[in-house]
Amino acid sequence: MNHFLTIEGLTADDLNGLLDDADEFVDVLRRPIPKVPALRGKTVASMFFEPSTRTKMSFEKAVKALSADTMSFSPGTSSLSKGESLKDTVLTVKAMGTDAMVVRHKATGAPWRIAEWIDQPVLNAGDGAHQHPTQALLDSLTIRQHFGKLEGLKIGIVGDIRHSRVARSNIQAFSALGAGVTMVAPRTLLPVDTEVFDAAASENLDDVLEDFDVVYVLRVQAERGGASVFPSLSEYTARYGITKERFARLKPEAIVLHPGPMNRGVEIEGAVADDPRALILDQVFNGVAVRMAILFRLLGGESNE
Amino acid sequence: MSDLILSGGIVLTTNGPEATDVRIREGLIAEIDPDLDGDERIECDGAWVGPGLVDLHVHLREPGQEWKEDIESGSRAAAAGGYTAVFAMPNTDPATDSGHVARFVANRGAEIGLVEMLPVGAITKGRAGKELAHLDELWAAGARVFSDDGDVVADAGLLRQAMDYLAARGGVISQHAVDVGLSSGGFMHEGSVSSLLGMYGIPSAADDVIIARDIRLVDMTGARYHVQHLSTATGVELIAAAKAKGLPVTAEVSPHHLAFEHTVVQTTDPVYKMMPPLRSEGDRDALRRGLEEGTIDVLGTDHAPHAAHEKEVPWEHAPNGVLGLEWAAAVVNTFTDLDQAAFYDRLSVAPARIGQLGGQGRLPAVGGPANLTVFDPTVDWTPSTTVSKSENSPYFGLALRGKVAATIYRGKVTARDGIPVS
Repeated sequence: MNHFLTIEGLTADDLNGLLDDADEFVDVLRRPIPKVPALRGKTVASMFFEPSTRTKMSFEKAVKALSADTMSFSPGTSSLSKGESLKDTVLTVKAMGTDAMVVRHKATGAPWRIAEWIDQPVLNAGDGAHQHPTQALLDSLTIRQHFGKLEGLKIGIVGDIRHSRVARSNIQAFSALGAGVTMVAPRTLLPVDTEVFDAAASENLDDVLEDFDVVYVLRVQAERGGASVFPSLSEYTARYGITKERFARLKPEAIVLHPGPMNRGVEIEGAVADDPRALILDQVFNGVAVRMAILFRLLGGESNE
Repeated sequence: MSDLILSGGIVLTTNGPEATDVRIREGLIAEIDPDLDGDERIECDGAWVGPGLVDLHVHLREPGQEWKEDIESGSRAAAAGGYTAVFAMPNTDPATDSGHVARFVANRGAEIGLVEMLPVGAITKGRAGKELAHLDELWAAGARVFSDDGDVVADAGLLRQAMDYLAARGGVISQHAVDVGLSSGGFMHEGSVSSLLGMYGIPSAADDVIIARDIRLVDMTGARYHVQHLSTATGVELIAAAKAKGLPVTAEVSPHHLAFEHTVVQTTDPVYKMMPPLRSEGDRDALRRGLEEGTIDVLGTDHAPHAAHEKEVPWEHAPNGVLGLEWAAAVVNTFTDLDQAAFYDRLSVAPARIGQLGGQGRLPAVGGPANLTVFDPTVDWTPSTTVSKSENSPYFGLALRGKVAATIYRGKVTARDGIPVS
């Protein structure tokens, strides 16, 4: 593995191998001193060209738990705001002495461009509405921990799939791991071409809700200009919100996931988010372990003392 | 100046292709006969000889964006690609919306002298889509084709005024047909690949609704109307239907829409980014067929240079456009099935007719102008360099068949084997 850019093309064996590694780092993170010297002396630059809180902090925690150093970059105060190109920015940061870059960018494909410009590993921390591969791993890990495996599970992904990198990566990961995936959204929030995904599609949540073992709730991205994709937030909640009533209709063992940040009262009711069968904070915890596993795959090995 | 002999080619005469020689003297064709004598010779070895290529659609970036291309470097690229006449689009800075700018472009082209340089006039002032450009000044400066290319003339009322104003004298309205609402925010063809990439798409209907609307306006006004860079199968059908009704409608396809379809965008490499976008395989195949059958009248390169630093960015931030002049003839020959007569029709005769150029697009005949292109349809090659100032070619590394062996403009050799004569 030279880079970690996408879930596309990874097999069940590839994914389970990464999840197995992540499980070991889960154990590390549960130790009294949750830290290993695996990547001592390495420097990982955290290049978030789009604002992020959880993914950025999660990567930084993962780097530190591996005893590597982080350098971080914030677009608002950077040379980008003075007109420097993306290419010059990454070459400049690399020249300071990095071993890998974690990249978040709102433009689709930006991590691929950067991977062409620098000869060191690039980790995609989310590009446009395209891919967010570490999110797919942490979600797969959370589901695997709970059910033992993904094979045979029915997973409903509910919400703004069209504009969601989380949905694209997750559909690919879940289906590769043997789960049956259904995308649930109004047509304006489904991908224009649903056939390219190994998933069913439904516009009616109440028709399919009771089949699901996992309900994966996507954030309503109000910044996408809700007015042109659905009539109002309240109408969205009425048709697609995971309310207490809908939660009560789920299979008794079904779980609810959400990638955060949540809009309580919009796509998920507060009481559902706080229910023990909503594993949202487990997802966050697992994120650190998954990112440790990927960093170790990319940077571990050659210079271990 | 001594005579120039084109020797051993298949010459597309008014009687069809003939294995014969051509003598060029003082800018004219002096003789067409086998086994002509003369010291200065181009050995054509069975290559096609036909009228010099004419491009209704190039962006030469001068005035205003000379870091991308200028009229000199663009003329060199045109000559290298077999062109003896090009129509320079008005999206310059300032836009070609007045007689001054049009005369500057034509005069600068004449000074360089490698290719006949025809300014395309803007339809609206500043290409802003609000009020008519100085159409009479532009006409007086030689413009016969009018376009706001790069932008659609979105306001149907304003387009109707332009059509009415130009219809009687035969001016051509050349439309960049994309509906603003349907294409808003889009970066690529809306379909399977945009769905996978999560990228905002531009549906094929964005082009089709404008073409359909405009054809109705042609019916109303009688103006000559030319659709640029057709990209959709439905667009080809709309053009065929308009022609069947006898309307004065013509259409153009760009080489990249013949060579590629949207799956190459999965690389997110901005070298494939242009407007209209690369569409589906079905669209590409319909465009190839449309050009072969003649529903699509001409190839127009939409040669659009952009500097390396402008394209070395993520897809969404990159400007639209690709180079084309140097490889267009080879692309057509590689990806469509045109015989010699049809090849020169789509790349020379038809564009010269639409652009109303007397001295271009004429089959070689004694006494006629010596604007000629020698094209060998059998050479296999892979492009890797350009004479343009920019390098945004999607054809580098692509296997092509057919190569321009020589370009002759007004009796002078302007390029040999892809190298312009300076």
